[in-house]
Amino acid sequence: MKKQYSNKFYIALFLLPALILFCGVLIAPIGASAYFSFFDWNGIGEKTYVAFNNYKELFTSDQISFLKALRNSLLLAALSVFLQLPLALALALTLGKKIKGERLFLSVYFMPVLISTVIIGQLWIKIYDPSYGLLNVFLRSIGLADWCRPWLGKKETALAAVFVPTLWQYVGYHMLLLYAGVKSVPPELREAAMLDGATDGQVNRYIVLPYIKPIIRISVIFAVTGSLKAFDLIYVLTNGGPLQSTEVPSTIMVSMTFLSNRYGMGSTIAVLLIALCFGFALLINAVFKEEEA
Amino acid sequence: MRNKSKAASIAIYVGLFIWLIINLFPVYWMFTFSLKSNAEIFGKNVIGLPNEWLWSNYSRALHTGNMGRYFLNSAIVATATILITLAAALMATFALTRLIWKRRKTLNKFFMLGLTIPIHASIVPVYVTLYRLHMLDTYWALIIPYSAFSLSMAILVCTGFMNEIPRELDESACIDGCGVWGIFFRIIVPLMKPAVATVGIYTFLQCWNELMFANIFISKSALRTLPVGVQALSGQYTTDWGPIGAALALATFPTLLLYVFLSKKIQDSFIAGAVKG
Repeated sequence: MKKQYSNKFYIALFLLPALILFCGVLIAPIGASAYFSFFDWNGIGEKTYVAFNNYKELFTSDQISFLKALRNSLLLAALSVFLQLPLALALALTLGKKIKGERLFLSVYFMPVLISTVIIGQLWIKIYDPSYGLLNVFLRSIGLADWCRPWLGKKETALAAVFVPTLWQYVGYHMLLLYAGVKSVPPELREAAMLDGATDGQVNRYIVLPYIKPIIRISVIFAVTGSLKAFDLIYVLTNGGPLQSTEVPSTIMVSMTFLSNRYGMGSTIAVLLIALCFGFALLINAVFKEEEA
Repeated sequence: MRNKSKAASIAIYVGLFIWLIINLFPVYWMFTFSLKSNAEIFGKNVIGLPNEWLWSNYSRALHTGNMGRYFLNSAIVATATILITLAAALMATFALTRLIWKRRKTLNKFFMLGLTIPIHASIVPVYVTLYRLHMLDTYWALIIPYSAFSLSMAILVCTGFMNEIPRELDESACIDGCGVWGIFFRIIVPLMKPAVATVGIYTFLQCWNELMFANIFISKSALRTLPVGVQALSGQYTTDWGPIGAALALATFPTLLLYVFLSKKIQDSFIAGAVKG
């Protein structure tokens, strides 16, 4: 059997489909994007080499407002780490200590993750609707009619209105990961601490949290890179408007490439996004390592 | 002490219950307004059950709104993606865990890179390539990228399961005269059912909900998938909420149905994809 299993022909044959797909669609395009980012190109005609001009323009042009978009997505990342994750962690810790209805709570909390972002977005458009939306109807019914406004249509409120569902939808995802971690804590550890008279809070603080640190790290990485990549919900709710107040890098990337036909510029944004995602992932890993040392 | 902890546990349940309502309410609201008339939605009966169950909203979404077509497109794309992903992943995993060669650990790590590469990375080059090959506006424009992006997760899951199949099975099959193909198809693949289910479900959910590629690579309305179709439909019926609600409900129904029956399996597949990545 050893001889058959070392046969080069079979090895190549079995790997081929996956390698073609993977390299063709994921790996080669990264190189291609990096290459395109040095050109001015409308996607069809001749490419003009412009060195780093796309990058320069991106960071200096007021029209593209890339810096604002970047600020928005970093703000989303911060909210995600400091609001969404703590909530998810609290839920995971609570559900993790065998309470009644654990499965039901867990399953319902995770449900929004499975529903298409377009559906979630369309529902929230209806919730925010200026005249008939649930939010304004509710405000009017409790006598706060002055607070009613077109939430998604005003540049002061649009960003917050977009962030709320974005953060809400993925609480369940982080909760599930953290919950799996909490469940993997050996019961003996917990019991021993309880016998020593530790309170629930102390058990969480000194036993559970240190134990699930690797999962917290993964959650933080997902929260940050997920925020940097955010697209679907923002595209559905505002597509970057009003007055570019809710723009994020992905929405600019798509409109640059496919509306303005600036493929070089679109690629530039893609390259920056990939670099940022990997950079932040490395940074977060380093921070967690540092703490362990 | 007793009283205090009782009060605390009541507070915890109240909190959990509030969050439960926040998560259930949008879906409840969607299903109820999908069955209401504008008059009810806009004032008479905003959040209650429909007074009059307006099933005609659903037939309007299906016929005038073309939801049936979008539904079919999504189903075709998802099915093809699942089949291709599974075939490629099972074969690759077999080579990565069973066949004997140097560097298979390195290649495994290489495939795992895919768990972190964002789809943004490839959108421009893939679009340009599809354009040149005249493949925009075909099902393949979605099936191929979706399969590629599902691959890493699929290999990850399959590796876990395949490593648990005892190698003695391969040996005895070999002694019985099975070749490599025979071992793969007759012994390994039939034992991979749990992995196939996990990968299938996860891939299905990813394709069913994907928006960015579906929006950009497909412009013919006859080929739209559900997310893009729903998006277009809401643009048309801005003032008529009932049929939109029906469209949203139709698009969500398969996912929820799957979740009701397979909630544990679905949750496990999400955990599997994350914890290694």
